[in-house]
Amino acid sequence: MNTKLYIKTYCKIKNNQLFFNDKLLFEDKESTNLKAFLKSTYQFLGLKYGKFFKMDSLSKLTFLASEVILSKINTKEETKNIALVFSNNASSLETDRKHQKSINNLDDYFPSPAIFVYTLPNIGIGEVSIRHQLKSENAFFVFNKYNTDFHTVYESSLINSAKAEAVLSGWTNVDNDTNYEVFVYLVGKKGTMEHNKNTLNQIYQE
Amino acid sequence: MSKGVAVTGMGIISSIGNNVEENYLSLINKKQGIDKIQKINTIHKEAIKVGEIHFSNDELVKMLGLPKDNNYSRTAMLGEVAAKEAIKSAQITDVNKYRTGLISATSVGGMDMTEQFFYSHFKEDKNHRYIESHNAGDSTSKIAKSLGIHELVTTISTACSSSANAIMLGARLIKAGKLDRVVVGGADCLSKFTINGFKTLMILSETDCKPFDENRTGLNLGEAAAFLVLESDEVVKQENKKVLAYVSGYANANDAFHQTASSADGQGATLAMQKALKVAKLQAKDIDYINAHGTATPNNDQSESQALVNVFGDKVPAFSSTKAYTGHTLAAAAAVEAVYSILALQHKTMFPNLNFETPISETGLIPITEPVIKDLNNVLSNSFGFGGNCSTLIFSKA
Amino acid sequence: MEELKQELKAKIIENLNLEDFTVEEIGDNDPLFGEGLGLDSIDALELIVMLDKDYGIKIADPKQGKDIFESIETMAKFITENKK
Repeated sequence: MNTKLYIKTYCKIKNNQLFFNDKLLFEDKESTNLKAFLKSTYQFLGLKYGKFFKMDSLSKLTFLASEVILSKINTKEETKNIALVFSNNASSLETDRKHQKSINNLDDYFPSPAIFVYTLPNIGIGEVSIRHQLKSENAFFVFNKYNTDFHTVYESSLINSAKAEAVLSGWTNVDNDTNYEVFVYLVGKKGTMEHNKNTLNQIYQE
Repeated sequence: MSKGVAVTGMGIISSIGNNVEENYLSLINKKQGIDKIQKINTIHKEAIKVGEIHFSNDELVKMLGLPKDNNYSRTAMLGEVAAKEAIKSAQITDVNKYRTGLISATSVGGMDMTEQFFYSHFKEDKNHRYIESHNAGDSTSKIAKSLGIHELVTTISTACSSSANAIMLGARLIKAGKLDRVVVGGADCLSKFTINGFKTLMILSETDCKPFDENRTGLNLGEAAAFLVLESDEVVKQENKKVLAYVSGYANANDAFHQTASSADGQGATLAMQKALKVAKLQAKDIDYINAHGTATPNNDQSESQALVNVFGDKVPAFSSTKAYTGHTLAAAAAVEAVYSILALQHKTMFPNLNFETPISETGLIPITEPVIKDLNNVLSNSFGFGGNCSTLIFSKA
Repeated sequence: MEELKQELKAKIIENLNLEDFTVEEIGDNDPLFGEGLGLDSIDALELIVMLDKDYGIKIADPKQGKDIFESIETMAKFITENKK
């Protein structure tokens, strides 16, 4: 029997703005590039996690959006069995470009291990797992665009088959400094927004 | 025991064979496919060894009958060769007779063409058609198009566990009744991108890799593509299909330790194996043989050995890593090793762990070093990817 | 060697993205890995690349790094002895 599921909370980041549910939580009008915006958001959230600065942009965005959502969880009620199901269109393209650049010039040939490590789209969710010690199931998909059909089926299936108590899901896409889009949400058994593709499409497009 | 999802076809191309039969013969004849790089012009040519497929790109174009102005990356071509063999071996003539999906996995995608033409793209446009084949989803969509699959098509990219996750998702979709059959697997070709990346992480071996050996120094990269065809019980019955094996167990867990290293106590791997056994409704003692991830890096093999001890105690079943044959084929690895696990069940043979001499001092585990004939019921296969993504599959005798 | 040590501290902060630290906060003998600055295995590899790129010293075996990168002091000493 399928339990009714709910979208408990969501977080969106775009155009130097961070929204928690439908409220603007933070805005940075001064930063002129993505790196600076990510740093100011980190500072706004009062985080003390030095490893953040080693991450690439995709991982930082995934980390920040997940942090906003997971830090609001009352750990007595909620569980650590939160699965992670993420997707995007550009994979790890922005970091791939950086790595490629470091091996293009035979005269200045110094590939960086710290950059190479992020040339996969699922490292970001690995970072979230490390931060919150989530040893749950995690998957990363590459789609043309955010696919609510696929996501809702996958999320319901994980909870209804007791593979997870909740699912942190998202579309986290970074192509370059100005072209990025983050929509991360938590699906669980309690909440006020019904978990279905119509609701998701609605809040995604808000 | 839970029966699982039927496997009715498989296809593979790797450095030890261009199809299932050739791969099997290489495995039992201990014929490895590791050598110096032939086709890629990299400064590391003399320093490392890889598992390269001997077909050139031109030869692959001819094999697949592609038009001259195609924009297939090597990844897509290898994938299509293997996927076509899988469909043929499953004796599918009308792919859309049932709801059929394709879940493919890759980490390199079209990077091989992008890095080749990167600078020339600025000067001339004659290779611009390869720009759109760069992204991870392109090889999948090309394979789907050539096979005529359109019901559900997606790409998984979770590093070295990718194709295990593809197989797992495929099995779940069939069990949930969302699809009647699904082609699952992955493809990755060699590229300067990955060669340089792994070199800078200092985990490449300069010689033939030695999985689970105390003196292992790193992995050999490889390229390959492999696919399975999974079908529901109804389709198997209606079409009177021969079942090669069952996907009876699968699981995924995160190690939550480091972006690229595995924890010393192998927690993620332990959880993945334990959960897979649960899904298969099996106990540790029911596993007859393990195809390990066994990349031959100092870190993985120690971590995985510890995980094996965590799960199996002092009764670790016979195990081996076949990466000394093929190299580490990244996103395709799990699918390649799924084919090898099924071959083991079919031929009642466990394949050896080549180049092994001295056991790892921390656990003292010894893999099998010769082909061993044994009636097998359940084979477990591990695949662990960067990002702490640990997956385990269990295959059972048909 | 004082100048080299200051240079190394600045380079480490820059190359390893240690945004939470300043040059003044890194002591010459502070452990770089584990408890001290909390560097990890990838940082060790980055330092190996830095030794090659900026000082012309090539390290073939990553295990050597453990001793060389123990602290700013050991790093400076190693570079002074081996610089090309």
